[in-house]
Amino acid sequence: MNWLDTLVQGLLLGGLYALFAAGLSLVFGVMRLVNLAHGDLIVLAAYLILMITTALGINPFLAALFALPVMFALGWVLQTYLLNRVLGEDILPPLLVTFGLSVVIQNVLLQGFTADSRKLAAGAIESQSLPLGPVTVGVMPLMTLVTAVLVIVVLNQVFYRTALGRAFRATSDDMVTVQLMGIQPQRVFAIATGIALVVATIAALFLGTRSNFDPSIGPARLLYAFEAVIIGGLGSLWGTLAGGLIIGVAQALGAAINPEWQILAGHIAFVAVLLVRPRGLFPRAND
Amino acid sequence: MPILSLRNVSKNFGALKVTDDVTFDLDAGQALGIIGPNGAGKSTLFNLITGNIRPNAGQVFLDGVDVTQQSPMDRCRSGVGRSFQIPQPFGHLSVYENLLVAARFGAQLSAAEAEARCMEILRQTGLAASAGKPSGGLSLLSRKRLELARAMATNPRVILLDEIAGGLTEGECGELVDTIKGIHASGTAIIWIEHVLHALTRVVEKLLVLNFGRVLMIGTPAEVMASDQVREIYLGAEA
Repeated sequence: MNWLDTLVQGLLLGGLYALFAAGLSLVFGVMRLVNLAHGDLIVLAAYLILMITTALGINPFLAALFALPVMFALGWVLQTYLLNRVLGEDILPPLLVTFGLSVVIQNVLLQGFTADSRKLAAGAIESQSLPLGPVTVGVMPLMTLVTAVLVIVVLNQVFYRTALGRAFRATSDDMVTVQLMGIQPQRVFAIATGIALVVATIAALFLGTRSNFDPSIGPARLLYAFEAVIIGGLGSLWGTLAGGLIIGVAQALGAAINPEWQILAGHIAFVAVLLVRPRGLFPRAND
Repeated sequence: MPILSLRNVSKNFGALKVTDDVTFDLDAGQALGIIGPNGAGKSTLFNLITGNIRPNAGQVFLDGVDVTQQSPMDRCRSGVGRSFQIPQPFGHLSVYENLLVAARFGAQLSAAEAEARCMEILRQTGLAASAGKPSGGLSLLSRKRLELARAMATNPRVILLDEIAGGLTEGECGELVDTIKGIHASGTAIIWIEHVLHALTRVVEKLLVLNFGRVLMIGTPAEVMASDQVREIYLGAEA
């Protein structure tokens, strides 16, 4: 076994998991909502890109540009007309509603697209690779990791350098007091969910171009995303990236030892981190 | 026309009537103090003015416009600013960022205008040296100053101060009163709930006495202090 190659492939896989998790982390950080439909929304975005690709006969990367505003709007509408109505002191209603949403999305996709596996055809780039010293990396996995880092950088800039980001953080701190500062928390939440679904669409693009997808794979994506967010520390975007990379490396190492151990190794890494750091690697100070 | 008017405002929490038929006017630039025993409904009155709670009866007017059904956000943007009795800074934001939130969204200033205005307020409230500090770790006086500064950053025409002098030393209280007098001198109307009467009477022109949710009397500080009824109910003295 080439350990360096395994490590690099794990990091590249972790980039995809970080993309799955970034939107979940954003929504949790702003409104303390665990969106159980997040994985299914990623799959929904993948089907949307597929539909645009098929209808317009264009490359999935171009199709994703059309899908991004649609998914932002979907996030805004979902938050405004559904999720805002159940957010409150009790954490159970949002969990139940997003679980229901997950079931609805899966069944709508099943009805509309059947259970057949699909894939986004990105062309020759799918099989291209780059020799980097002793290891060879696929262009698509490398693009995934670079995109994940860029997404985290951009989200951090938005969070810590813009008025919108300050509104996110202030609303996260105190929903009542922000209203006396001219902020409507429900609008802030709607924008946050819109942005989360934009990130989910980027994740869907790489998910669909790298592997097959079908209507039932959302919950597993949610699980990886959730583990990445917990490992990183709830609400920490850089922590989420680290969490994704840890899961990816653990899975790659597990698979290198025995292919049947890939998924299990990711879950073991999750439990191991929690045993050592119950609040994750980079918890927010006052949470 | 008064800048703020309450007309027959009442609020019940279950069977408990915490605000009972309250009516008063506040003119532009006026400073009104509100006193009353604990549980008299003073903070509830502020919540009714800011829109955090809605009255069961009566109306709240801002510049003659009925805002009774408006959200706290809309009332803030219409010129109502508020500080809390227990400081509630946005703990994950710096002192400066706390003000920026209020200036950008409450006062709806541009980025450049908000930055300039916030720096001015930081200097005015003595917080300039703490601008970059996390607001969660400030001393009590600094947190009280931040409450005041953040309310000012919303560019209010009426500012509601809820026991802002409570818990401060004499010296700290004097500094804060000077800052509040400066705000008042700039033309901002003030309603100030306070138990520290000597601080209150240095600023306000009128006092409103609240007891069991009802307005007992409104008058100049001298008139109120001379009232046997007020002395008996509020100060606990024999009439």
